Amino acid sequence: MPLKTEPVTINLGPQHPSTHGVFRLKVTFDGEQIVDAEPVMGYMHRGTEKLAEERSYVQIVTLTDRLDWVSSMTNNLSYVRTVEKLANIDVPIRAQYLRVICSELQRIASHLIATGFLMQELGTFGGTPLMYCFREREKILDMFEMLCGARVTLSYMRPGGLIQDAPPEFWERLKIFTSEMPGYVDELESLISDNEVVLARTKNVGILSDRVAVDASITGPMLRATGVRWDLRKAHPYEIYNSLHFEVPIGSNGDTFDRYFVRINEIRESIKLINQAVEQIPSGPIRTEIPYFFKPPVGTAFSSVEAPKGELGFYIVSDGGISPYRCHIRSPSFINLTVLKDLLVGASMADLIVIFGSIDVVMGEVDR
Amino acid sequence: MFGFGLFKGLLITLKNLILPSRLFTTHQYPDRKVGPIELAKFHQDWQNTSFLQFLFNNPIKIIQSLLGLISIKDRYPQHSRFRGQEFGWYENRCTGCASCAKYCPLGIIKIETSRSGIDLDEGQKYKVDVFDIDMGRCMFCGLCVEACPYDALFMGSGFEESKYFRQELNIDIDNLKNNDTKPSNWFRPQLEGKNYDPRGSGPLEWNQVGRHEKPSDTEQASKWGKR
Amino acid sequence: MNFNNIQNLINTLIPSLPSWIVFMSAAIFISFFVINAVVMTGALTVWLERRLLARIQSRLGPNRWGPFGLFTPIADIIKMIGKEDIVPSTADKKIFNLAPIVLLVPVLLVFAVIPMSSNSFLGQLNIGILFIVGVTGFNTLAVFMAAWSSRNKYALFGAMRGVAMLLSYEVPMALSIVSVVLTTNFILNIEGSSLSALSLVGIVEAQRIPFFILQPLGCLIFVTAASAEMSRAPFDMIESESELGAGYHTEYSGIKFAIFQLTEFLAPVATAAIISVMFAGGIRGLSIIPGSISLIAKIFIIVLIFIWIRATWPRLRVDQIMNFAWKFLLPLSLINIFSQAVLLQIFLSSSSISNTELWIIAGINWIIAAVSIFILAKVFGHKGRAKNIPIPSPLANMEFKSE
Ligand code: SF4
Ligand code: SF4
Repeated sequence: MPLKTEPVTINLGPQHPSTHGVFRLKVTFDGEQIVDAEPVMGYMHRGTEKLAEERSYVQIVTLTDRLDWVSSMTNNLSYVRTVEKLANIDVPIRAQYLRVICSELQRIASHLIATGFLMQELGTFGGTPLMYCFREREKILDMFEMLCGARVTLSYMRPGGLIQDAPPEFWERLKIFTSEMPGYVDELESLISDNEVVLARTKNVGILSDRVAVDASITGPMLRATGVRWDLRKAHPYEIYNSLHFEVPIGSNGDTFDRYFVRINEIRESIKLINQAVEQIPSGPIRTEIPYFFKPPVGTAFSSVEAPKGELGFYIVSDGGISPYRCHIRSPSFINLTVLKDLLVGASMADLIVIFGSIDVVMGEVDR
Repeated sequence: MFGFGLFKGLLITLKNLILPSRLFTTHQYPDRKVGPIELAKFHQDWQNTSFLQFLFNNPIKIIQSLLGLISIKDRYPQHSRFRGQEFGWYENRCTGCASCAKYCPLGIIKIETSRSGIDLDEGQKYKVDVFDIDMGRCMFCGLCVEACPYDALFMGSGFEESKYFRQELNIDIDNLKNNDTKPSNWFRPQLEGKNYDPRGSGPLEWNQVGRHEKPSDTEQASKWGKR
Repeated sequence: MNFNNIQNLINTLIPSLPSWIVFMSAAIFISFFVINAVVMTGALTVWLERRLLARIQSRLGPNRWGPFGLFTPIADIIKMIGKEDIVPSTADKKIFNLAPIVLLVPVLLVFAVIPMSSNSFLGQLNIGILFIVGVTGFNTLAVFMAAWSSRNKYALFGAMRGVAMLLSYEVPMALSIVSVVLTTNFILNIEGSSLSALSLVGIVEAQRIPFFILQPLGCLIFVTAASAEMSRAPFDMIESESELGAGYHTEYSGIKFAIFQLTEFLAPVATAAIISVMFAGGIRGLSIIPGSISLIAKIFIIVLIFIWIRATWPRLRVDQIMNFAWKFLLPLSLINIFSQAVLLQIFLSSSSISNTELWIIAGINWIIAAVSIFILAKVFGHKGRAKNIPIPSPLANMEFKSE
């Protein structure tokens, strides 16, 4: 007697432990195999772009904190750089160094979260590596609290510089952090990369070819995992990245393991960058004073930075008023999600979670 | 491939289990379980006894603390720049200019002023009648504090202000006047220069928080006399 | 505490009772005692697991209620009892309500046959090991009952995986027990003991050197298969919380959920008891320590190891788990039985038995274990890249000016 089977459709989310927020995925399974996957977005749409049209240029900084809430620093940086480009504002050199230090710290924090949650989704009970990652991230957040009084929604940067200079205890903490962190990263890597179960679960799972990645304009660690050496910090150096030396780590075939591997190596590079920046940082002012309700000239500007998740760009149209006429956000999480279906079809249910976790999206940025 | 990595992982977790330096910097809040030594230290602050003396005097407490039954109230450690709830506001410094209300991205500060006489030196004076902050919507961005040109508004350092009803979150002017003003150092380099710690030190008066010292009478005279 | 003693006690207290009433009341007394002790052990395991996991993850863990948070499980249970007991309207109510009990009872039954002392009541059951294999097989049914009756797709997914996994791991588990019984039979025969080789007391009696030294391969297979049977890491497919929410008990709440939870924490204790009886010598130990205490110590150590493993290892995928069972554990357990039988036939055919011969067998077994694991891993192991070598892609490979 032939068995009569039929595909099962499951709504994964919007409330599901591993969808990183409210994300819905309509998946059709044939047994454990995925035959179709349709992402449904918009559960966290807060209208950031529209809200930006009613805020002054300084006030929008607080909105950018809430885009990708695990990397507020780079969101701030990308936005203020666009405004500076639009209004031709010069930034003092010390502020640029501090900006780079902060965004590299933020990159470490974000990559730690991505790695930890990937491991959580692989099923370490209670997420032991996740807790180790959180332990290190906590130190970074403590440093951010010293800089700007908040831990997650930072609003540290302003068009023209930074809100205030770093206190002396920040530099002491930073020194301790950069000296201890490489050891922890090594330990984390040997806990994860040598583990046969992790290798079995992640290697050759969710392979993204470089052709597809470039065609879909994937950026960030996900692109570099496919072997494409593309990093905005090298390709179009902004701030003072030109005077710092670092490598761009790449993977080999763009599978889940490579994405994790690239992130771990980027943490190492970020520590190197911070060390160089701390050595070179000059003293001086940290802010070019601009009026609060300043009016940039009529025109448009686009500028992007290498955020932890990929290329984060802001496109601002100014009509000469105190708030932008239009503010568009090119968010890496959203664009990286577009290849989800290509990765998922043919994989199994357990792979779904791992692949989704390795893309490392934050829903606030996807839905904006 | 042979499972060695699995055992390496076990060793790493064992290392993290054993080394006390690998613990989270967990802050037990609002009270903290303490062992005997910490308990003695805590009591020393107000009893001035050594640890052995303390042990001798309170054997029961020591046994209880060994069993993990004793907890002490603890201050949550935070940096002095922490942007918290309970805004600090100085009536004497505020001119009612409403810059803070204008700069707030959410527009949750409401200010009403009325004329209150004329000062011969400084011109028209205003009295602030209404100063409402709707804390239920505030996101503690601090833009209002950054905007205040007269150092009258400060971020607070508290974070324990949860209320049962949303209306209670509205801070009005009486509330602001009667609050203990322990301003946070955020965007106030003058306080940072004095090493002021809002969680440890006492409240500050209005004339202690300014960006500049009050000029002397002769200075004022020379400055204003030229006009 | 002996069954006969209690019967005598009841007889002396209330003379002239029919013997079946005496038997029944003694049995009820003992099972009341055992069940309460076991459930308390379960609650303690909850505390132990939470504390130890927390400490491994460099957290503090529950420390508020009572000394070191020891009363946390009680608070948990009170909370669970206070919650609303929801039965989904589309659920098959009878089976839905029955499933937690079907899951819990076998775990409790296992403790009946564990020999806590050399003359414990059911420890001498002459088919003790078969009883354990039979009774623990029930959890497959319970998992499927819970999932199917609750009409939830996630639960169904969990149960489908679970049934496949639990059934396939029964095979290597039973085969590894066979080699234990084989060895026991040989040794008991030579010693001229009257005990059955299938009874747990007999197995304990035969362990002059603990069986985990004598046959490491059997022990490894049994531990692996048993952790799959109780669906703990790295085989926690059934309720893989990051994928399926809570797996087969997604729809359960209140006291039923508490029973699932209790079973989940009792299962390692039961498994540890079986392992310590079968492979670690049970009540045998140092002669100065009473037997039951050394058994409890062994159980405790094995539970600690289970918790440690759970904290460290991620979960395997379902196809990898099946591959592992059929391609790795099954050949391994066949090798184990074969080598064990041959070795016993060669070394223990004489009428006397010496410890040196057993040590030689153990040595050869360790070598066989290492070699066979090596070969099987080479043949069936994951053939990934050992080192991650970056391969630059020709696309958009930017030229760096500075380099
Ligand atoms: S902290 Fe921000 S949101 Fe709150 S009142 Fe001030 S400006 Fe408005
Ligand atoms: S608090 Fe400051 S900004 Fe607000 S009205 Fe008073 S002086 Fe003006």
